[in-house]
Amino acid sequence: MELLYRRSLGPVVGAFLTGLRDQHVLASRTGAGRVICPPLEYDPESGDAVSDLVEVASSGAVTGWTWVSEPLRKHPFDHPFAWVLVQLDGADTSMLHALDASDMAAVSTGMRVQIRWAEERTGHITDIACFEPEALA
Amino acid sequence: MRDVAIVSFAQSGSLVDIAASETQMLLPVINAAVERSGIARADIGFTCSGSADYLAGTPFAFVANLEAVGAWPPISESHVDMDGAWALYEAWVRLQHGDVDVALAFSSGISSRSDLREVLCLQNDPYYLMPLWADHISLAALQARALIDAGLATEGDFAEVVARSRRSASTNPFAQLSGDVTVESLLAEPYTAAPLRAADCPPITDGAAAVILVAGDLAREVCERPAWIRGIDHRSEAHYPGLRDLTRAGSARLAGEQAGVGTAPVEVAELSACFSHEELLLSTALGLGDDTEVNPSGGSLASNPMMVSGLIRIGEAFRQINENGRHRTLGHAASGPCLQQNLVCVLEGDS
Repeated sequence: MELLYRRSLGPVVGAFLTGLRDQHVLASRTGAGRVICPPLEYDPESGDAVSDLVEVASSGAVTGWTWVSEPLRKHPFDHPFAWVLVQLDGADTSMLHALDASDMAAVSTGMRVQIRWAEERTGHITDIACFEPEALA
Repeated sequence: MRDVAIVSFAQSGSLVDIAASETQMLLPVINAAVERSGIARADIGFTCSGSADYLAGTPFAFVANLEAVGAWPPISESHVDMDGAWALYEAWVRLQHGDVDVALAFSSGISSRSDLREVLCLQNDPYYLMPLWADHISLAALQARALIDAGLATEGDFAEVVARSRRSASTNPFAQLSGDVTVESLLAEPYTAAPLRAADCPPITDGAAAVILVAGDLAREVCERPAWIRGIDHRSEAHYPGLRDLTRAGSARLAGEQAGVGTAPVEVAELSACFSHEELLLSTALGLGDDTEVNPSGGSLASNPMMVSGLIRIGEAFRQINENGRHRTLGHAASGPCLQQNLVCVLEGDS
């Protein structure tokens, strides 16, 4: 049995997820100037309300990772992958998502990665299909 | 503040794949705690329990658990969807009101009936984390990696924690995992979520525990060596791991400061470190030095009944005073991903 819930996400989380649908990544900027992505409606340091949204890049650097050699049935991939924390260019915090990499040796802290967008985007965090190693320019 | 002491503690031990209900699991444990306290059941003025219905998948299971207490004639009781350490906290607050002198805090959890790596995803925020099914072991591994990247620990350090936990657990009849394992053999095992291996993660345990709290002089009347709660505090920090400095357990440090951990030496610390690296984080956050014995029970790496592990840590800290003659100990409980929320309880004996 499943119960269907519909939530109104508000001006910050709602704007972020709607932005993903259009391939834009929005972040919140606190009064102290800290850029938080994914955004929060409040400053985690002070608790103050935050409504200032800014756009950040769709690529950035890995700040932390773990390698999952045996994915669970609900994980984003059915082949080995990494969970990564990614600090997108322009942001001061990191986003957690999956990284599609060939093997554990290909993953390291500091490596450059970019968003791989889902083909069908509906305004969810999964509009980001995953991160992938940044293409060489 | 009113002086409140723990006067008795009972635990089920590590049950594995139990077929009984939580209520059945709780009954002998609550009976033992009440009997050991020497206090009549009718004299318990407040009862508080901790459990999570998500684990067994039974809505309002916590109500049925009251059958193990005896709730007729009606009793004054409450429930937290938290580890039993937070039920103990609520009972302590209730005793501060001054109109009741005895409280029962208990908790129970059947971890084995569901896939914890799926169920615990439900504690994550519903918009950013939950849809990804980022499981608790993977999130813990991100924190372990942060320690390694910062040069604060190595995989060898994690294995040392596991080896010591198993060795200490050898003298704990309630432990699930114990024995002699070498660091080399642990490091030869495959990763579960690199850099964590299976032994760095807690076992799946079913279990229950209960404590009796008594306020004021009555505690000395009923108990030869009560363990007085000299400080108790709980703190939480930002939920989303990407917002936090994962190399620190900030809310554990705050809770420890508020509970007064550093005002005198701590002989024994029972830490709810479910993953090996968490013990390193917590020892640092609480300022514990070489003069503090950490997890002589083996800790949560040796036995980890969900919702109960933290209450057992406080119960073990009580036993160190009540049975082993220690003077000052602490019990710690944690909740949420990557040590998001922490509770610290400082206990002292009379001598």
